[in-house]
Amino acid sequence: MKAITGNRLTDGVVVYLAPDGTWTERLEKARLFEKEEAEAALEAARRRVTEIASVYLIEAEPGGKAAGREALRETIRNAGPTVRPDLGKQAAGPR
Amino acid sequence: MYRYDEFDETIVRERVKQFRGQVARRLSGELTEEQFKPLRLMNGLYLQLHAYMLRVAIPYGVLSSRQLRRLAHVARRYDKGYGHFTTRQNIQYNWPALVDVPDILDALADVEMHAIQTSGNCIRNVTSDQYAGAAADEVEDPRPWCEIIRQWSTFHPEFSYLPRKFKIAVTASPHDRAAVKVHDIGLILKKGEGGKTGFEVIVGGGLGRTPYIGHTIRDFLPKEHILSYLEAIMRVYNLNGRRDNLFKSRIKILVNTEGPENFRDQVEAEWEKIRDCDIDIPREEIERIKRYFAPPAFEALPGESASFEAARARDAGFDRWVRVNVVAHKVPGYAIANVSLKEPGRPPGDATAEQMEAVADLGERFSFDEIRVTHEQNLCLPHVRKDDLYAVYQALKEAGLAAANVGLASDIIACPGLDYCDLANARSIPIAQALAERFAASGEEEDLGELKINISGCINACGHHHIGHIGILGVDKKGEEFYQITLGGSGAEDASLGEIAGRGLSSSEVVDAVERLARFYKRERREGERFLDAYRRLGHDAFKGAIYADA
Ligand code: SF4
Repeated sequence: MKAITGNRLTDGVVVYLAPDGTWTERLEKARLFEKEEAEAALEAARRRVTEIASVYLIEAEPGGKAAGREALRETIRNAGPTVRPDLGKQAAGPR
Repeated sequence: MYRYDEFDETIVRERVKQFRGQVARRLSGELTEEQFKPLRLMNGLYLQLHAYMLRVAIPYGVLSSRQLRRLAHVARRYDKGYGHFTTRQNIQYNWPALVDVPDILDALADVEMHAIQTSGNCIRNVTSDQYAGAAADEVEDPRPWCEIIRQWSTFHPEFSYLPRKFKIAVTASPHDRAAVKVHDIGLILKKGEGGKTGFEVIVGGGLGRTPYIGHTIRDFLPKEHILSYLEAIMRVYNLNGRRDNLFKSRIKILVNTEGPENFRDQVEAEWEKIRDCDIDIPREEIERIKRYFAPPAFEALPGESASFEAARARDAGFDRWVRVNVVAHKVPGYAIANVSLKEPGRPPGDATAEQMEAVADLGERFSFDEIRVTHEQNLCLPHVRKDDLYAVYQALKEAGLAAANVGLASDIIACPGLDYCDLANARSIPIAQALAERFAASGEEEDLGELKINISGCINACGHHHIGHIGILGVDKKGEEFYQITLGGSGAEDASLGEIAGRGLSSSEVVDAVERLARFYKRERREGERFLDAYRRLGHDAFKGAIYADA
């Protein structure tokens, strides 16, 4: 499955497209797309230029786990630096 | 220290104002990200993994206490309470919000700081020896020349759109602490005939994907000609450097494809044309800038200090810190005190706002208000009275900054890697932490002596792995982190590029492998031989064997 991720324009925080069309900070809450619909959704997301500074597709498993070749990178983006558990999303504690 | 004149002040303020407008237009959607990106990069603002990253210039690594306090303030108010000092003597903030950046830049402008020349294809901030003006072995203070080069290069209209970024480093000591041979241009101030000083000009060094040691294209350039000569080099590069291929666009590629002699001839020919065109800085102006760097009011002190010796005898921790972190000063009774940002277990080069303030206080009280940033990601108090060293040490200890490891195995240079960096293949910091903890715990670090370990999270080589005695490069193998070891690099006057030692290692293997290298060295070394010397004597294969000994 695919998820759409980017960095929020105002502060750069990592966000994911949620099922309701807003942006969520947690991959676990992201909308998952089948491969075929993902590209079109990405195109639509790209047009939201005042909301995000970057946007791209990632692979994710149901339940919101980053998958595929970029799994480590996307896990770190979703959590925060592995060397600073007090920073990033992980700082909020287990979800 | 250099103080801004009205021109500096005006260009920095105008730049902030302009960027404030650009940010507003981006937020309103008037600018797309594509249009905005080059503009933000011109102001040191990158987009990284977790957030934006703001790189602030610290020209040639020199800070006043007031400036360092302001950096601490920015860390606390606008970021997450810390900053990261880089191998280019700059500082990076990892979490600034775009909407705050104009305010941050204004706050920096209040103390004559900015993010200009920290990004983009321009002449970047010039770097230098962190011991400038204090080193016992320097020919003369290189900082006035750094400042002259800074003024010439800032917003130089002809060199604002170079084929690629361009880095200049200057040193004035035979012992090169500025890695001048691996810069686009490296300058060594030295004495020539008749005792006059001038520059040895080295061109075409660099790390990254295609590393090269620079070539000397002029042994001795009378120093008053430095700007016209630099301009001649820049012109040849700007005209002939490749713009069609990002990987071939640095000057090192040009110098090495054309051949250093050929390149030198082109520079000399260009210089003949322009040397009398009033590019060089007038003598009075050199003198004016030099006055900013006049030595502080050193006291006439005896070379030895009884209280200092007594404290060393009393406190073994202090004694070790002095042995390892303190360096000879050119003025009797003074010393250079290095402040390690490599407390084992902490990310290399990171300092909290409180730590920055602690060092700022010490700089103000004990070092004529001067602090330096080193390209090895540490700080330095350049002018401390020996009598005051113990007080400095105690305060550093209180601030968690008294690690006695400068130049030793746990003084590891590491880039941010995959924990922060968008371009990374693998993490750097956890490897640095694990290695530093291993070496620190072994209690053998000091006995191992100078051992430079450098780690980069990708081939861009921000952690300068090619010039580590032991270099570690993070690579990605089908989504997994692997590390390739290089051996025998040096960024000092005996510069060399490390040679790759066999297949990559997993993160769990790499720490053991480095430890085996250190053990092998210890067994094989001769009296007084550093790791690098032993490597050069025994050869690559002998050391390479040690890496895979038990694997
Ligand atoms: S070496 Fe690579 S991973 Fe490390 S900071 Fe530079 S670009 Fe990022």
